[in-house]
Amino acid sequence: MISLKGVNITAGYGGVDIIKNINLYVNEGEIVVIVGPNGAGKSTAMKALLGMLKLTDGSVSFAKDDITLMLPQDRVNLGIAFVPQTNNVFTGMTVEENLEMGGFIRSDDIKHTIEDIYNLFPILKEKRNQNAGELSGGQRQQVAFGRALMTKPKILMLDEPTAGVSPIVMDELFARIIEVGKTGVGILMVEQNAKQALNIADRGYVLVNGKHSREGSGQDLLNNPEVRKSFLGG
Amino acid sequence: MKFDKYEWTAISIMVFLFILVGFIQGWSVSLVILNMCIISAIMTMGVNISWGYAGVINFGVMGFLAMGGLAAVLVSYPPVKEAWHVGGSGLGISFILLVALVTVVYFITKLVEKKSHKYWLNGLVIFFGLIIIRYFFLNATVRIEEVDPALAGFLGGANLPIIFSWVVGGIFAGGVAFVIGKVALGLRSDYLAIVTLGISEIVVSVLKHEEWLSRGVKNVIGLKRPVPYEINLQTSDWFINMVMWFNSSKLNQIIDANQKQEILNKLIIDSSSLFVKLNYAILFFTVMIVIYYFANKAQISPWGRMMRAIRDNEVSANAMGKDIVKQHLIIFVIGAAIVGVAGAMLVTLDGLFTPSSYRPLRFTFIIWIMVIVGGSGNNLGAIFGGFVIWFAWIEVAPLTTFLINLFTSGLDPQNAIRLHLLDSVPYFRYLLMGMVLLLILRYRPKGIIPEKVRHS
Amino acid sequence: MVDFINSIVVLLNFVIIPGLSYGSQLALGALGVTFVYAILRFANFAHGELMSFGAMITILFTWFFQSQNIGLGIFPTALIALPFGILATIVLGLLSDKFVFKYYRKQKSVPVVLAMVSIGVMFVINAIVRIIIGPGDKKFFDGQKFIIKARDFKEITGFNEGLALKSSQVITILITIALLTFTFWFLQKTKTGKSMRAFSDNEDLALLSGINPDRVVFITWLIVGTLACVAGTLYGLDKSYQPIIYLNLVLPIFASAIVGGIGSPFGAVVGGYVIAFSEIMVTYAYKKFFKYLLPENLEPSSLVQLLSTDYKFAVSFTILVIVLLIRPSGIFRGKVL
Repeated sequence: MISLKGVNITAGYGGVDIIKNINLYVNEGEIVVIVGPNGAGKSTAMKALLGMLKLTDGSVSFAKDDITLMLPQDRVNLGIAFVPQTNNVFTGMTVEENLEMGGFIRSDDIKHTIEDIYNLFPILKEKRNQNAGELSGGQRQQVAFGRALMTKPKILMLDEPTAGVSPIVMDELFARIIEVGKTGVGILMVEQNAKQALNIADRGYVLVNGKHSREGSGQDLLNNPEVRKSFLGG
Repeated sequence: MKFDKYEWTAISIMVFLFILVGFIQGWSVSLVILNMCIISAIMTMGVNISWGYAGVINFGVMGFLAMGGLAAVLVSYPPVKEAWHVGGSGLGISFILLVALVTVVYFITKLVEKKSHKYWLNGLVIFFGLIIIRYFFLNATVRIEEVDPALAGFLGGANLPIIFSWVVGGIFAGGVAFVIGKVALGLRSDYLAIVTLGISEIVVSVLKHEEWLSRGVKNVIGLKRPVPYEINLQTSDWFINMVMWFNSSKLNQIIDANQKQEILNKLIIDSSSLFVKLNYAILFFTVMIVIYYFANKAQISPWGRMMRAIRDNEVSANAMGKDIVKQHLIIFVIGAAIVGVAGAMLVTLDGLFTPSSYRPLRFTFIIWIMVIVGGSGNNLGAIFGGFVIWFAWIEVAPLTTFLINLFTSGLDPQNAIRLHLLDSVPYFRYLLMGMVLLLILRYRPKGIIPEKVRHS
Repeated sequence: MVDFINSIVVLLNFVIIPGLSYGSQLALGALGVTFVYAILRFANFAHGELMSFGAMITILFTWFFQSQNIGLGIFPTALIALPFGILATIVLGLLSDKFVFKYYRKQKSVPVVLAMVSIGVMFVINAIVRIIIGPGDKKFFDGQKFIIKARDFKEITGFNEGLALKSSQVITILITIALLTFTFWFLQKTKTGKSMRAFSDNEDLALLSGINPDRVVFITWLIVGTLACVAGTLYGLDKSYQPIIYLNLVLPIFASAIVGGIGSPFGAVVGGYVIAFSEIMVTYAYKKFFKYLLPENLEPSSLVQLLSTDYKFAVSFTILVIVLLIRPSGIFRGKVL
């Protein structure tokens, strides 16, 4: 079982630590959600795992290797993909080119993967020759998602994939995320829409003030009265 | 004015260098360099005010200098009456028409609602308006340029003392800067750099080719001086007496009367040229100190603090309700005006106005190197940069010649490489300037005398 | 009818052909500036000097080949020398990147600092070129100068007006077409080309897709060096080679890149032709042209010239200012490759 694991990670911006001593991991084929109130350090934790932030303490490992000091672009080669929250598509390139760029590191034939992604997101096939910058918000998220999947990742990280999309599109995206999870990809995502996210999650972490407040299966967290009260809106 | 130890060192180095040159190459050379150094320092302060205080880039230095130069001509040259006679009315009519055109365009822009209509209407009005204006204008200018083309062929000036032009030059340059600023400020700084550079080229090409105004490439020579002429000094009793008094010990040693007179004559000639340069130096130095004083005063004023705030964080300054574009415009105009003053002084020193000598390498980029090297945001740094770079610009040629001779001393004097290198001596200064700029940007990006961090 | 053809010939001879060849040179230059701007993200003031350097190396090799009696017959020898010039220009570009620009890229300096740095590089290359080849006018064109001479054209066709076609103009246009086709094919169709567009579009996302930034920068200099050397050499072939000219060319080149929409390669090419044609059309005296078109009593007495040729250079900047005022993002709304 391959897993991405952060042990005791501490990181932040400009000398101020935003997350402190966090432990988290995600296994292949598992959907893990990080939830928590605004400013809790959810995205920071994810960026720290990806290597976009320098850790002040702790370590990150993938499978059996310590990758704490590895550049984010090198982690891509290992099979760790990331979808940023914003600016996550190449706006001046067509949908198909976006997917091709997603498969940049691959030397094998990527046509089949592109077809798979078109099957997953049929609308993209229709718009394949349109510039990604001209698409709607939800469609863009699909392109971004597809681009990351092109690397055939083992672990996929999503930073608030449903930010700014309508509820219908959100449900649609979550359905796709479950589908991808079933193919054996490990998914770690940060979500603002905690209730829906925990619903589909195998496990969840609750972060408050840069520290763990709780950890457990999605259903457990949903049912936990304290979690409900603090930010699930009762 | 309080200087710290570091600044005193910089000042002493400058003074020492001029004394050194005075002893090695002669005081006359030293003063020539000093005068240009002072003018350079004023240009540098002008650029520094907009760039160092507020982060507004000004690559139009050359154009503002040329405007200052034009002011020197228009203020001091006697008017060419004949030219005014034949072309004055035509110019007047075209000017009135131009004002009318601008008014019409202004009202179209104000009153017409639809954007596309506005552009088309304005385009048409401007097109036909310009054709009509051109008719009167060309008629007048052709006649003006026909008036005694070898000596005049232009309108001449106001026949006032040239020193007034230092102020007028500032106003001219400031006026042009106002127009440029209105058009271009608000662009990203690298765009602004390119646009100001381009507009300064336009300004210079206008001065080069509008002969009725500036005599163009025919140049204006023999401008009046704010200081005495050597020839007058040499025949003034007080000056001769002064020279005798200064050199009395030396002269007294000589007994032969003829020989004494000969040496005295030579001394008088040398001293007269030195005296003139010294006069210039005193005038320029006064201007420099005045500008320095006010520039410093402005920098520590609340206004200066606001400028720094805008420079360091445009977003928050914007949120504070400061009208950034307006403030940028003000500081751009002030900076350009100071450069214009320097431009007028430069022409005053040379006594001639040669539009074709304004080249961006020499008059824009070198000035920028002075600013960066000296330390942007620090007025003493700007002065120091102006001094050091101009000094290097001049002295690098003899130094390179010396070095080439030294390194090729083993070679035959007629060796092709040696001769080629000696031919290329003038270009080594570009090499040096480029290297200095690169090294400073890399290892001392805040300049030799950096901006003082003020906690206010 | 004959008059009409005559007027067209006049226009071809004095406006269209010179415009096409000058426009091609500007387009290639502007495309180089665009690449640096889109990938390395700064306005490279040294680009004119890079062109000058490339042309200089080509000239030196041309002279060498000429001295060895190696030539191409009716074609200029410079064509064999060109690859060497390109190679040297690429090396210079890469060296300037390694020793100068890279540091500021790693520091994530603001664009204006990099622009300043490029001015330093400009001074250095400027000095190197002048120290090596001197400031004077250098001739290196050989081979057959004209494809069609004005007189021959008149004799063959029987028209009043002659059409002169210089081989340097044809070479310029052909090479430009070939190079532009290749560049656009490369950007649109190849994986590497697409990765460069991706890098220019969204650097962070390109990194996340595993695109190697060092490789992108390396290829950028390959392209920029090639474009600069070819543009510089073609300009030198067509007009004449003089170091100072290339300094003055920087401004029209920037104007072309910005007018078309900075960062957009297609815009840069269009911008090059727009600037070239406006410079020529605004300063051309149309008297002869109208002489053929209008009835005799309406013939213009003046030169029918909008601006005197003295202002050729100012035209490009006036256009730039107008474009920035009306449509600041340029004709093609540039930003990315």
